[in-house]
Amino acid sequence: MAETFGFELVSPEKLLLSVQAEMVTVPGEAGDMGILPGHAPVISTLRLGVIEVSKATGGEERIFVAGGFAEMSNNKLTVLAEEAVPVAQIDRAKTEAKLKDAREDLADAKTDLARAKAQAAADKFQAMLDCAA
Amino acid sequence: MPSLKSLRIRINSVKSTQKITKAMKMVAASKLRRAQEAAEAARPYAERMGAMLGALASGQAGQDNAPRLLVGTGKSDVHLLVVATAERGLCGAFNSSIVKLARRQIEELTAQGKTVKILCVGKKGRDQLRRDHASKIVDTVDLSKVRRIGFTEAQEITDRVVAMFEAGEFDVATIFFNNFVSVISQVPSTTQLIPAQVGGEAAGAGEAAGGAIYEYEPEEGEILEKLLPRNLSVQVYRALLENAASEQGARMSAMDNATRNAGEMIKKLTTVYNRSRQAQITKELIEIISGAEAV
Repeated sequence: MAETFGFELVSPEKLLLSVQAEMVTVPGEAGDMGILPGHAPVISTLRLGVIEVSKATGGEERIFVAGGFAEMSNNKLTVLAEEAVPVAQIDRAKTEAKLKDAREDLADAKTDLARAKAQAAADKFQAMLDCAA
Repeated sequence: MPSLKSLRIRINSVKSTQKITKAMKMVAASKLRRAQEAAEAARPYAERMGAMLGALASGQAGQDNAPRLLVGTGKSDVHLLVVATAERGLCGAFNSSIVKLARRQIEELTAQGKTVKILCVGKKGRDQLRRDHASKIVDTVDLSKVRRIGFTEAQEITDRVVAMFEAGEFDVATIFFNNFVSVISQVPSTTQLIPAQVGGEAAGAGEAAGGAIYEYEPEEGEILEKLLPRNLSVQVYRALLENAASEQGARMSAMDNATRNAGEMIKKLTTVYNRSRQAQITKELIEIISGAEAV
């Protein structure tokens, strides 16, 4: 059996996933990172994207995260994500509707803050759709 | 001596009050369980965040270009107090104990010649603070529409606080909330939000977990700048959750007391009612008997 390491996905509301993994790919700010057992300690910010987990028990899990932080230390990877949705659970129709809403908000936005917020929301739903495709 | 009828009405009214307080107690108990679960579920994130921040901040704190959220503005002239209370009353001393603590702090700070600004979260606190500190309240966050406190609410508050900080409206921010100890004990507490407090324990955990030097991607400073506002949200979120659990706990014990008091009242009233009923029967009997004897 191949070597494994602990992987935890945590959101502010709860611990989403805690498994032994053979390899995890995280969407780092500066590019995707494939993390294998024994990876050097690293802290990275994440962009919108998909985390791919190859579980030690076999099988793969794909989870969409809307940014966050990843920390690898002591052969343990922790991802802190504010929003995480398993790719399989992304509802295309709903996401498209939300994307439309966000784009409308963006068009209506009057202040810079509102515009930035709407833009972030639009980007998020777009990225969700992209990875669900 | 109240009439029998008025006593009966009184007893019935106390009985229905008791029913209400009992129901409120049970509702609070079930809400408390949910709030406690939420508070527990939020713990891993907060812990990891603290550890990560500790590892990062220990390397950055001494530097000149460290983020302002971490080191502050270097002054402490203007204080922002975030006072988190409940949206509803009938929960014992829950709201007033936070307000009391906040008031004391306000007095202390004003005595030291500092300017105080208040951001109220929850309307009960605002109502109480408005009486003598109305001019200091800069804003109120209304959570009455929110049924379950989520991270988004915490983030909204944080966004507001950070925006104010960046506009230079204050130097130090502190949040006031009730720390949930148990159903019968909630301790009003404060946590300093800005400058960020990196606890010694969190920093220690970061070192223990790492033991080695981390690689950073992108740079340390950049990560820290992203991490700090998040950490702030986490702190606010934790405070809100603690508050929610405390509110339900306080309400539960307050309603328990109320139910018990109502029970005692009913008992007393019933005794009085029975006594006067018996007295009346006796009186009627005497009247009949003495009437019969007179014939």
